[in-house]
Amino acid sequence: MTISIDPQKTSNESLQPKGWLRYFSFSLDHKVIGIQYLVCGFLFYLIGGSLASAIRIELASPMSDFMPRDVYNQVLTLHGTIMIFLWIVPVVNGAFGNYLIPFYVGARDMAFPRLNAVAFWLIPPSGLMLVASYFVEGAAQAGWTAYPPLSITTPQSGQIIWILSVLLLGGSSIFGGINFIATIIKLRRPGLKLMQLPMYCWAMLGTSLLVVLSTPVLAGTLILLSFDIIANTGFFNPVLGGNVVVYQHLFWFYSHPAVYIMVLPAFGLVSEILPVHARKPLFGYTTMVFSIMGIVVLGLVVWAHHMFTSGTPPWMRLFFTIATAFIAVPTGIKFFNWVATLWGGKISINSAMLFSCGFIINFVFGGITGVALAQVPFDIHVHDTYFVVAHFHYIVYGGTVFIIFSSIYHWFPKVTGKMLNEKLGILHFIITFIGFNLCFAPQHWLGLNGMPRRVAEYDPQFQFVNQISSLGALLMAISTIPFLLNVFLSARNGKAAGDNPWNALTPEWLTSSPPPVENWEGEAPLVEEPYGYGKHFSEQK
Amino acid sequence: MLNKNTYLILIISLVFAISFWIGFNVNLLPTEASINAPIYDELFKILFIIGLIIFIGMTIAVIYSLFRFRKRNDQIGDGIALEGNLSLEIVWTIIPSIIVLLIGLYSYNIYDRMGGMKELNHNHEMMSSNSEKIWAGISQTSDNEIAINNLSIEVSAMQFAFLFNYPKGNFISGELHVPVDQKVSMKMESKDVIHAFWVPEFRIKQDIIPGQPTILNFTPTKVGKYPIICAELCGPYHGGMRASIIVEEESDYNEWFNKNKKPEVNL
Repeated sequence: MTISIDPQKTSNESLQPKGWLRYFSFSLDHKVIGIQYLVCGFLFYLIGGSLASAIRIELASPMSDFMPRDVYNQVLTLHGTIMIFLWIVPVVNGAFGNYLIPFYVGARDMAFPRLNAVAFWLIPPSGLMLVASYFVEGAAQAGWTAYPPLSITTPQSGQIIWILSVLLLGGSSIFGGINFIATIIKLRRPGLKLMQLPMYCWAMLGTSLLVVLSTPVLAGTLILLSFDIIANTGFFNPVLGGNVVVYQHLFWFYSHPAVYIMVLPAFGLVSEILPVHARKPLFGYTTMVFSIMGIVVLGLVVWAHHMFTSGTPPWMRLFFTIATAFIAVPTGIKFFNWVATLWGGKISINSAMLFSCGFIINFVFGGITGVALAQVPFDIHVHDTYFVVAHFHYIVYGGTVFIIFSSIYHWFPKVTGKMLNEKLGILHFIITFIGFNLCFAPQHWLGLNGMPRRVAEYDPQFQFVNQISSLGALLMAISTIPFLLNVFLSARNGKAAGDNPWNALTPEWLTSSPPPVENWEGEAPLVEEPYGYGKHFSEQK
Repeated sequence: MLNKNTYLILIISLVFAISFWIGFNVNLLPTEASINAPIYDELFKILFIIGLIIFIGMTIAVIYSLFRFRKRNDQIGDGIALEGNLSLEIVWTIIPSIIVLLIGLYSYNIYDRMGGMKELNHNHEMMSSNSEKIWAGISQTSDNEIAINNLSIEVSAMQFAFLFNYPKGNFISGELHVPVDQKVSMKMESKDVIHAFWVPEFRIKQDIIPGQPTILNFTPTKVGKYPIICAELCGPYHGGMRASIIVEEESDYNEWFNKNKKPEVNL
């Protein structure tokens, strides 16, 4: 009795469950794993969003009256941790990376399918553990940064569960990173050159390098922190001669690159979406590749700009100011190139395009406040205030989350074979864009005028502006309704999409929708010009 | 009929005009009450104007493209097959680099004027444990000046209060009283977790760290009562961790100081 396994196939089809059940299985299919990442991430987004709503309800009045103060700190800690480690990082890397990268390099699956499945299946238990820690002795309440000595002195069980959970999620992220690097470098179809790869591959290559270089530092740091908590060691405990500022250096050595781990893949995705809907080649491919690598290199040497008011000597403050401000140059190049991609196109104004353009506008705003924050004297006033809160939400929500939605509108037809409803999509965009800007733009003023972040109470003079912000948050919560409605209705009764509804040239569109398990019926196509719009397609519609 | 370039120049000048007008007329900052504040506000104004020019310019470019190059119903086919333009790439690499470099140099100048680059009471020989290590801070004056004429105060922070020790008067106060137009030098240390000392009207902030003293010097310029805010998450009552700084005329300050002064205890 032998089971024959076709060496061409990385997964044995006969052993895998069929239909919707495969999404709950230890599937080795990169497309199934991608959707698992996306749906799991979105469920955590709903949890993290509910926590955000709780924060905005508390802040609608100056008094701390909606929930107890320590619960408020738990809520803000979980909100940050869930949104970063369970929503943005897994979705923008794991979900789209797993779904798209094998198509883009012309492979049938990722380099290490089993490692890939392990990486995904680490996420649900660690996420649930994190949420469940609230019911033990209270969740972690030292912020997502977990600065000691606060993280050492707050209730221990919540903090330890938080550390374990983040360690598992970091492990998942490293497994994913190794897999992406191996797939992009080694699994390219014969004949496909590096400089012919779609831009998202370059973005994922850069991101994965950052993941592999910096995440182990976070893991080591958190293990030392857990020793301080459970074994009374003194790495970061000043009572025992430890140094609290060293923790901040180690933490931000990962957590600043983490920002690029959250935005670089979004830069890649928007580079795929804009050319298709503008019917024009991606402008300046080569400079786009070099700017990604420039961001990767610079991204590793800017961490101390989070510590301008901590214990950093003057020369260090100056070095990190210059290094940080210079990241604006490669980032700026990308934005100029995207606008140049739109220029002279034949732009279809649809949900995917609107969310991408919303991303450009929001991110430019967040980038400008970022350059300002990089300047030591500027940062000294607004550090740890709502100005910073507003800045990074412009980057991660206005930037990356807008691109996640844009990508869902763009690739939904490929994944399901059905089109999403455009009217609901545009409604979703309008409510999200207005709600987002109403929520976060006023927070810049709050920070400049004296409202620190992570507070449950504030001066009555800030009440009106905080209520505007809370109203924006309400709109953002409402905006998920048309989106969810759209996804469920379209998945059941949507218009059939056909294989290539956007007439796109990248390889994932050159197969059926949804694609077969082996990605292509025959051999993988060789796509030498993924952005050759205006050259070959001009005669078709 | 105006040609394309004229329109472009017209729009760019309009963007500049609007940005400068907003930059000079919209005040987003609280009262200026220390020597640092006007210096800070100068930097803020420059960054605000440059930021507005870039933001308004990019937004107009995106919205104009969406409108001007939208696909009409009767249109078929693709846009122009334009894959890049090297001279444009060079332009938008070099110009932002120069802007960023100039901003960096300018903010270095601002930071220097705020006293940020002054040598701190820093011990370079890590071996010796006798002399105290001061890790960071803003020092508006050199150490020699500090020693001669100014008010030195020792700040200790704890969950959830600030205490201000006036060594010359041998007393501790929960409110920080300082005379106007006089240099104040503070050495700060935390008793438990990390806190931060922030006075928005002074535009200064410095973390207060357990085990590592930090220093912060400033010169108030305006009589009044301003909030001292803890800006670093320090526990459940972090939002309530406030104190007040009272800047008063020298005579009022002396009166308050003498009322609280305690005689030196000789053991």
